Amino acid sequence: MNQAEIAAQNGVNVEALLGAREALTAAPEAACFTWRVASEWKNGTHAESSVESFFGLGEEQKHVREYRYDTDHPEIFASADKGSTPVEFILVGLAGCLTAGIAAVASHRGIRLHSVTATVEADMDIQGILGIDGDVRNGFNSITVDYRVDADASEADIAALVAQSQKRSAVFDIITNPTDVHVRVNR
Amino acid sequence: MTTDAPWTGRKADAVDVVVIGAGHAGLAASHLLSRHGVDHVVLERGQVANAWRQERWNSLRLLTPNWQTRLPGKAYAGDDPDGFMAVPELVRFLDDYAAGLNAPVLTETTVTRVARNGDGYRVSTDRGTLQARAVVLASGACNRPSVPGIAGKLPDTVKQLTPFDYDSPDDVPAGGVLVVGASATGLQLATELLRAGRDVTLAAGEHVRIPRQYRGHDIFYWLQRCGIHDERYDQVEDLARGRRLPSPQLVGTRELDLLDLNHLAGLGARITGRLAGVRDDTLMFSGALRNVCELADLKMQRLLAQIDETADADGAPAPERYAPTQLPGPPVLTLDTRRDDIRSVIWATGFRPDYHWLDVPVLDRKGQLIHEGGVVASPGMYALGLPLMRRRKSSFIFGIEDDARDITQHLVDYLRWPFPESDARSSSWAGAASCRTTQESVLSMNNG
Repeated sequence: MNQAEIAAQNGVNVEALLGAREALTAAPEAACFTWRVASEWKNGTHAESSVESFFGLGEEQKHVREYRYDTDHPEIFASADKGSTPVEFILVGLAGCLTAGIAAVASHRGIRLHSVTATVEADMDIQGILGIDGDVRNGFNSITVDYRVDADASEADIAALVAQSQKRSAVFDIITNPTDVHVRVNR
Repeated sequence: MTTDAPWTGRKADAVDVVVIGAGHAGLAASHLLSRHGVDHVVLERGQVANAWRQERWNSLRLLTPNWQTRLPGKAYAGDDPDGFMAVPELVRFLDDYAAGLNAPVLTETTVTRVARNGDGYRVSTDRGTLQARAVVLASGACNRPSVPGIAGKLPDTVKQLTPFDYDSPDDVPAGGVLVVGASATGLQLATELLRAGRDVTLAAGEHVRIPRQYRGHDIFYWLQRCGIHDERYDQVEDLARGRRLPSPQLVGTRELDLLDLNHLAGLGARITGRLAGVRDDTLMFSGALRNVCELADLKMQRLLAQIDETADADGAPAPERYAPTQLPGPPVLTLDTRRDDIRSVIWATGFRPDYHWLDVPVLDRKGQLIHEGGVVASPGMYALGLPLMRRRKSSFIFGIEDDARDITQHLVDYLRWPFPESDARSSSWAGAASCRTTQESVLSMNNG
């Protein structure tokens, strides 16, 4: 591999990704993953969540270390603001997923990235969560993601990168399509 | 041991090759097998071109222009080369072709089972059985409408139809209709329903947007001229995806250049994202509509840019420019079947082959035939007429000729092994159905 090819990999191991795709086509059961978060109420609206283990490729897996996240609400909600709001975490997930997708697709297409930045904005009418107006939904009315991509590629190729990343994004799918959610109470 | 098989009009119930299906693919295979002097019969559950007679809507015309409609040994000879055949005309075309064949086409003969037997196959039908050394599966790629599992969740107040149930707008109950799917089928039916004054919602997932005419020619002229239709299955980057690709948003007429979502919206259709969920009376649509439109626009521009390279060199007229897909306002995410008066749903969500009679382990876990360019993963078994089987044009009528030539040549070599092709066909050939030979031949086809 020459220097240009290495640079166009953008730090993504394309061969490993393609190899995984081939292996999982042959063994689809290994493609079934389970993701987990543990969460604990602290005080007020503050909760601390942690992520460490998950299941995939037919066995238990672990991140290289445990990650911890605080969620809370800002002071204007009379909260202590010990962390981001949970809805902002959704946007963090969306941005992280789309950006990872852009890098992976660019690398697969041999496009060298110089910088990729995004701002995500989501509009919400909080009359919904406060129960003021039953016609207003709790969640976002819309989400807008603005990307700036500096890469060795044409405008159309960059647009195609961003479009393909949405097509293959788990978080984009989770947000744009319904999901069966089962919240249980255990003793 | 052979016995009389009077139902076939033959002296024996053994035959070298059974071709299943008398559509364009099976008839083309028969024509070429006769040219090779191969003993064969064609079995057909109904009449020649049965699916075209029974399973297509009234207004349908071929997506390909007449000048392109041809089979091995027969070209279009009418006076409207730039027109598009309606179904009755195509049925006549195929009937004429069948009448000129040497091999018997046994109509009203439904294959009920194909199983490995000795070195060949036992082909059971509702009229009797045949022993064949080789089988060509030409039973079609569109035997059953593909209806997603979500159909089972729709309320009983909504009548569900597939394209097989649809002949004209009269088949759709009064009130609003949701057409699910944005391929040629979905857009053609939605357009026809809108013109009949119906209230239409179209749910669009990923789709293929292309113009009918470009730079002075039909788009199919350019797809052929630029070699795109001849692109081979083993050169396509993502074959699985290529084979799943929905049919392009086209209709067989020169009156309309772009049968796209803009056209439908202009006729008054409500455009939503893919139908993603149903909860009681509520239909939930994907919020990804913008992205599938963006993907379709980008892919159309990429295809046209590819055509431009050739068209510029040819001195063709200047390129047309097309506006991007414009969605009127934010997409609708939910509809209530009662409040929004959705009385029927048409599943224009594609078709799939039906191999329930195929008792040979050649299907993958999704029920798709396992084959290498039409050479099925069982010795002496071949396919024809599947999407991107050997080339991008494989599923089109004009595309069958090259595939059928390759497949019949492979089949003839298989039957004659280990004798050179110049030898007379040997009836003593028996137990040597060698996988090794088959594999070698497959490899040589790959390199072809």
